[in-house]
Amino acid sequence: MGRKILFVTTDQQRYDTLACNGGILSRTPVIDGLAAEGVRYDRAHPQSVVCMPSRSTIVTGQHPSTHGVWMNGVPLPGDAPSVAEVLRLAGYRTALVGKAHFEPYFDPFLRFEENLLSTEGTTPHGGSRRGFEHLETAAHGAMGPLHYCQWLLHEHPEALGMYCRAIDDSLQVSAAAGGDTGAPQVKVNPIDRGIYHTDWVADRTIDWLDSVDTDDDWFCWMSFPDPHHPWDPPESEVGRVDWREVPLPAGYPEDRAAREAIIDGKPRHWRAWYDGTLVSNYEAPADWVPATLTADQVREVNARNAVEVELIDEALGRVMDRIAERGWTEDVDVVFTTDHGELQGDFGLLFKGPYHVDALMRLPLVWRPAPSSRAAGSAGASVVSRPVGLVDLAPTFCVIAGIEPPEWMQGEPLPVDDADAESRGFDKVLTEWDSELFGTDVHLRTMMRDHWVVTAYLPGTSHDGTEGELYDLAEDPLQQVNLWDDPAARPLRDDLVADLWDSQPPVRPDRLVLEAPV
Amino acid sequence: MTARRGSMRHAIRLACPPDTVWDVVGAPERLPEWWEGVESCVIDGDHRTIQTRSGLPMPERMLTIDHNLRRFQYRIIAPLFVEHLSTIDVHDLHDGTCLVAYSVDAEPAVLALVISGAARAALDHLPALLGVDPVT
Repeated sequence: MGRKILFVTTDQQRYDTLACNGGILSRTPVIDGLAAEGVRYDRAHPQSVVCMPSRSTIVTGQHPSTHGVWMNGVPLPGDAPSVAEVLRLAGYRTALVGKAHFEPYFDPFLRFEENLLSTEGTTPHGGSRRGFEHLETAAHGAMGPLHYCQWLLHEHPEALGMYCRAIDDSLQVSAAAGGDTGAPQVKVNPIDRGIYHTDWVADRTIDWLDSVDTDDDWFCWMSFPDPHHPWDPPESEVGRVDWREVPLPAGYPEDRAAREAIIDGKPRHWRAWYDGTLVSNYEAPADWVPATLTADQVREVNARNAVEVELIDEALGRVMDRIAERGWTEDVDVVFTTDHGELQGDFGLLFKGPYHVDALMRLPLVWRPAPSSRAAGSAGASVVSRPVGLVDLAPTFCVIAGIEPPEWMQGEPLPVDDADAESRGFDKVLTEWDSELFGTDVHLRTMMRDHWVVTAYLPGTSHDGTEGELYDLAEDPLQQVNLWDDPAARPLRDDLVADLWDSQPPVRPDRLVLEAPV
Repeated sequence: MTARRGSMRHAIRLACPPDTVWDVVGAPERLPEWWEGVESCVIDGDHRTIQTRSGLPMPERMLTIDHNLRRFQYRIIAPLFVEHLSTIDVHDLHDGTCLVAYSVDAEPAVLALVISGAARAALDHLPALLGVDPVT
């Protein structure tokens, strides 16, 4: 009997939403407790700041350029390498419960197995899909062909209309205003907390764990759809955080002129989006103009986001309790993270896009190694300040399972402390962005090294390839001063950019095709 | 702003005469043979209604079936679409191969992406269905 793995992800969660990371809005005692017993990563970055490429990186252990899912709507091939398959072949029982999103949601022909499976059961054709022998899916509401939506349709049809509609009648990401402040994608949701998708994911996870024999080794990816917009947690819980009491985030200068001056120091697509003249990707409402965002809307969005984070923490607590009841606690590794961040008011923006700053790139990541492994020499509680990536998760799972990571994995097993990180060369982390949508294309390559974040732009419809961003995280943690064109920073910029290009991962030779908006 | 109307195109080159392909893609009743996720279709005059795997009926109006040009055009007239036009062209490349091009224009734009994505998969299904090789 080996170590079991509970892998917990959320969707679109900022680093600073956890109390253990300095967050002040949400109470997250369960995750904080795991961090206190394990390793908390202070600089964990995604390799893409949108869902499908990032989740594909998690499951393959490869950068987007290599696995080929270069933007949302590009399906990860069914035969792509998968850490879950590696574990399954090693004898692990495997499950993914919650948000998968390796394949597009817009699928009227049910061409994608993730969507088709919800009409057939929870066991994929052939016994497994990407190595998962149990696949039970959910997303951000009641729309779509996923298991949660089907369950809601049959068991609680009265709740179908309670969620915010993330897509409007013109099939655009909805800009519908709601709540007390008229913020986009905020809605009063009268749904009973017990049937909200966060608790459903925990319930289904517990149900699957109950189906596993005590002596089985297992890998369970519990994947919460929250705190991704829409911000529509059960209304019964919204009173936990009074938005009127929420302080404005440091990254949101309330003075409009100051805000716009910061944005104007960045490449032009920042200002174009802010002004509502360019939406380069499908991840933000086309009909919403960020310049109209008010301070109170920022407060309300942050308050509702905090409530969703608390519900996730409590749901995880229920799963941990069940694990304890099964007598597994000592042998279970728990890894908690998310796929990417959320702007949540920074620079006067919400949602996400080709904006490689901490709001989208600095992620919560906690690894609580199985307590039984500590006697064998694993480190105790620690904080890793050196950069790591989600690309490092797959080889970490292999090492936990006692398996040599396959050569196709591009990351390294996560370090357990800074000394370990230094000795194994964790000195940089890469993030990339490519999008091409109806005549608009944007391409970014980013590296975080030491305390610097450098982003080089490739030619696209908004950029000629000479633009970039350079931030000193030590002096400018909010990334408000772009040093790219500062002559004094030029030698450093040249060194970083050279390293950035030298460090690029191999590019998949056959370019995968964009098949849906998301 | 994000475009309201989307225009997409996919193509595949096949190692066979154009009529081999046209016999399939130019026959509207044969759509379920090569389009994954289309369960059935009913032809009534110039109207075709397809039934998708998700249970969604998708009514269409056929505009052009030109056997000389090897061109098939149709509009999806489901309420979700403000406007739609798909065009399938089979070009003879006069070297024993042909090019099958599938163009989709639609409003809302995202539907152009959804339909063309499925069309691209359908094109990829043609070599196996016809027993011919794609030419890269």
